[in-house]
Amino acid sequence: MSIQAAPAEKIKQMKDLKMKMSVRDLDFYYGDFHALKNINIDFPEKHVVAMIGPSGCGKSTLLRCLNRMNDLVPAIRVDGQILLDDTDIYSSAIDVVDIRTKVGMVFQKPNPFPKSIYDNIAYAPKIHGRVRKGRDMDDLVENALRKAGLWNEVSDRLENMATTLSGGQQQRLCIARAIAMEPDVLLMDEPASALDPIATAKIEELIFELKEKYTIIIVTHSMQQAARISEYTSFFYMGEMVEYNTTEKIFTNPDKQQTQDYVTGRFG
Amino acid sequence: MAYSKEHDRKLRKRYAAEKRFQLYGKMALLLATAFLVFFFYDIIKTGYTAFSQAEVRAEVTFSEETLQMPSKAVSRENRDVISRGFLRILPQVVEQHPEFMNTTQTMWVVAKGDVDQYLKSKPNRLNERETEYVEKLKKADKIRLAFNSGFFTLGDSKMPEIAGIFSAAIGTLYVLIITMVLSVPLGVMTAIYLEEFAPDNKFTQLIEVNINNLAAIPSIIFGLLGLAIFINFFNVPRSSALVGGFTLALMTLPVIIISTRAALRAVPESIRHGAYGVGASPWQVVWHHVLPVSMPGILTGSIIGLAQAMGETAPLLIVGMMAYIPDAPTGITSATTVLPAQIYTWSATSLRPYVERTAAGIIVLLTVLLALNFTAIWLRNKYERKW
Repeated sequence: MSIQAAPAEKIKQMKDLKMKMSVRDLDFYYGDFHALKNINIDFPEKHVVAMIGPSGCGKSTLLRCLNRMNDLVPAIRVDGQILLDDTDIYSSAIDVVDIRTKVGMVFQKPNPFPKSIYDNIAYAPKIHGRVRKGRDMDDLVENALRKAGLWNEVSDRLENMATTLSGGQQQRLCIARAIAMEPDVLLMDEPASALDPIATAKIEELIFELKEKYTIIIVTHSMQQAARISEYTSFFYMGEMVEYNTTEKIFTNPDKQQTQDYVTGRFG
Repeated sequence: MAYSKEHDRKLRKRYAAEKRFQLYGKMALLLATAFLVFFFYDIIKTGYTAFSQAEVRAEVTFSEETLQMPSKAVSRENRDVISRGFLRILPQVVEQHPEFMNTTQTMWVVAKGDVDQYLKSKPNRLNERETEYVEKLKKADKIRLAFNSGFFTLGDSKMPEIAGIFSAAIGTLYVLIITMVLSVPLGVMTAIYLEEFAPDNKFTQLIEVNINNLAAIPSIIFGLLGLAIFINFFNVPRSSALVGGFTLALMTLPVIIISTRAALRAVPESIRHGAYGVGASPWQVVWHHVLPVSMPGILTGSIIGLAQAMGETAPLLIVGMMAYIPDAPTGITSATTVLPAQIYTWSATSLRPYVERTAAGIIVLLTVLLALNFTAIWLRNKYERKW
């Protein structure tokens, strides 16, 4: 499948779409540092949303708020709401483990567990009691690897250590690991930044296929990548969301001068 | 060359400095190796003779009378060369071999320490008559140096020819097991809590500083602590393996905590994030991902900590494990001694045959310690980093 920006006529205005996740009046602090300022953003279901912006703008912080990975950082404070299907994921009634099974995550550097390829995929379904060992688990592993486009490359060596795979394969394994839980949302934190161009192209192709089933939110430093794979793009600067619109509009005719400067590379 | 004179001069100086530095390093290495070789040579040279023991071919009479007065069981001359230790255990010999009763057996019997030293051409206290008799036995092939199995199967004794390391070795085993059972789980769990769960605040920092300080405290202080707390306050029996194990566990804890924390810290954060990312709980992250990866490091640290405890003498002096204890312990509360303490006791005695036994004890202790350390190295290499 070749990759190209989705044709403009197919992209609906956002108000017509069903929203999977919504961020409402979000303020985020690392100690005294105000990292996110009054963020409001909606993520439409089964679409790809890219978040771009210079380093330190808060896009990764926002991404990590969406599955509460920031809970691991000491001395943080979160104000506001993040809704997943109209449930606030920061409310005290919600278990953080449930959130992370519904909102999967792929990290910047491939981080497979130092276990076999099979165990990497099977681990999460096993600890959450989704599937028992045996045939069902084999099917689940195969299914996840197929969806991540890795099955043909590894089907004959599932018992090998995952760390023996190449970087690009490891990253696709991490994607397979995330989708083995059948999450609703997939968060990707610069998933291709540690990979070579060919591996990057494979990941992008994969993202293109995965949006049929999953809501994908991706942080990227590569504007070409954002333009290639996303339908909607948001631009962040200094902890604020400057602009959020269809990718085509952001890259061709943004409303704000700041956005214009950044996407044309005049930013500095 | 297009370079200036100044440049050439500086370059030569730089090479000279590098050569000089390498030379210092090589000299230091050579010196250290020389000391080590000398130490091993000296210990082995002194100690290897203890692994053989003089025995005399003698006629031993077993009867009611000789059981009462064992010195009458052997001939007048043999009485001077045979160990009193053997004569004393005649009743036990009869117990094991009832058929010996009312017979005269010709058997190899342990010789006196001085005879043993004479045969090994070492200083001894034999008088002229005894020397002549030993020479006579030698010509008749009635005296020999045989493998000293008693060294490994007997406990300490006031008679060097029947003194062995058995009871001390059993004592060491008991003490080490108690130390291990107490300090390894406690130390590893403490380290896991401090590294993976505890918040980073002033209180945990204080604990960390104190643990690091504990590791550097002279071991004899731990002995005093053991005496004050375990013996005087909790009334744990003095000289027992229990009190020794408790004391050494206190001493080993900081070592195990520090090495375990280092092993846990070496696990990359990305593995933890990956596990949290698929919804693992903090406990599952530690149990399924962090511990398996850090296990070799934890094991290595624990083994080295235990090896250190095994060679420790000072704290055990204080809790009474230095006493003359010939019998192997029958339980964890009975009086016992340990290998290093046994070596120390022997080193302080005046009889010549104890000198070689001291060295032989050191050889045994060093062999076990080296085996433990090699196990640690082997474990570390076998489970090399997998990420």
